[in-house]
Amino acid sequence: MQPSIDVSSSPADPMTPRMFRVLRNYNDTADCYTLSLQAEDGDPLLFAPGQFTMLYAFGRGEVPISISGDPSDPGTLIHTIREVGPVTQALREVKKGGLIGVRGPYGTAWPVKEAEGNDVVFVAGGIGLAPLRPALYQVLHRRSRFGKVALLYGARTPNDILYRDELEKWRSRFDMQVEVTVDRSQAGWRGHVGVVTRLISRTGFDPVNTIAMVCGPEVMMRFAVAELTGRGVAQEQIHVSLERNMKCAVGFCGHCQLGPAFICKDGPVFVFPEVKRLLSIREV
Amino acid sequence: MDTLQRILTSHPFFEGMWADHLQIITGCATNVRFEEGDYIFRQGEEANHFYLIRQGKVTKEISPPQSEPLIVQTLEEGDILGWSWLVPPYQWRYDARALTMTRAIALDGACLRNKCEHDRELGYELLKRFSLTVSRTLDATILQLMDVYAAID
Repeated sequence: MQPSIDVSSSPADPMTPRMFRVLRNYNDTADCYTLSLQAEDGDPLLFAPGQFTMLYAFGRGEVPISISGDPSDPGTLIHTIREVGPVTQALREVKKGGLIGVRGPYGTAWPVKEAEGNDVVFVAGGIGLAPLRPALYQVLHRRSRFGKVALLYGARTPNDILYRDELEKWRSRFDMQVEVTVDRSQAGWRGHVGVVTRLISRTGFDPVNTIAMVCGPEVMMRFAVAELTGRGVAQEQIHVSLERNMKCAVGFCGHCQLGPAFICKDGPVFVFPEVKRLLSIREV
Repeated sequence: MDTLQRILTSHPFFEGMWADHLQIITGCATNVRFEEGDYIFRQGEEANHFYLIRQGKVTKEISPPQSEPLIVQTLEEGDILGWSWLVPPYQWRYDARALTMTRAIALDGACLRNKCEHDRELGYELLKRFSLTVSRTLDATILQLMDVYAAID
């Protein structure tokens, strides 16, 4: 299991949301947007990279969303959200100054501390870049403690690429490799076209001393893990983040159960061998 | 010829191949260069070569009727372009275009096919290597076809 997290910033009742005010609400892509929030009570929401919160659009419902901001700046809570249903649609409509409810943070974290001294490979697909971004921030804040750092990111089309400005900034650094690919494109795009897993073979890292953090659709993660292990990365060095239908977020309701694990409290971040068997069962 | 053989020897595709086989393959190889925008081959043309890309970026494009060409894959340094030379009716199934200035080694497929017919060990070696390339491409294609980043209804 991943390291346990101190959630001391949560209220005593984990089912009671705290009020957060919207500082900014802006579109990243056609179906993704980012909410920047600040606690009404002034207390920062401390979190570890990989954790999620439950965001409550009043009168509409609650959804689990990974935190995608910088853990060293807990005063501003950032979530990048994909609009996929009525609640995420309602959250998109909350204007600057509006209020939403926030519970959390919940769940396990990316093993950033444990990765020190190793090469680090981030493999992200689609909106999966958002949950990985806090880990990437932490690694870059403590850059000298890590070996090679690579971010491999796959999106559907060039128009679906998240955090374009930041990707450009990271790409211009001399101390990390950033590769972006899209599954399909038309003329005008000069980057890679092809699946994100193909980038793994183009990336320089020492497989024996590499920690890989993988986040994206489960099928993509399975292919990515196969490619990473093919390069010699041990399964125990590969961490994945899973998504299920989280409701209570505290391991009570069972909605997010995956075999013996509750994704909300045992995950969302797992060492790959913990979930390997479950990911290969069609019915689960 | 020596230079070409050195390039082929150092290419991952030919890693571990016997020297005499490499010598035969080198006999079918030429250095080629494509400027940005040049077509390397077009869909429907006779497929008589394959390419080891040494530098640059190449797009594989499909052109749907009355629509912009769709780029389905890019290839770069170290990649292999094309296996239609190996499979009847030896015709390209897509367009390949240099996205940037590209240097490559072109291998004459017709020449190689003939040599493989006479040297089955060489043929088997080449087929093993192309099978791996084809298999990886198929895996990638499956993932692309699944459209895993699309919104779920």
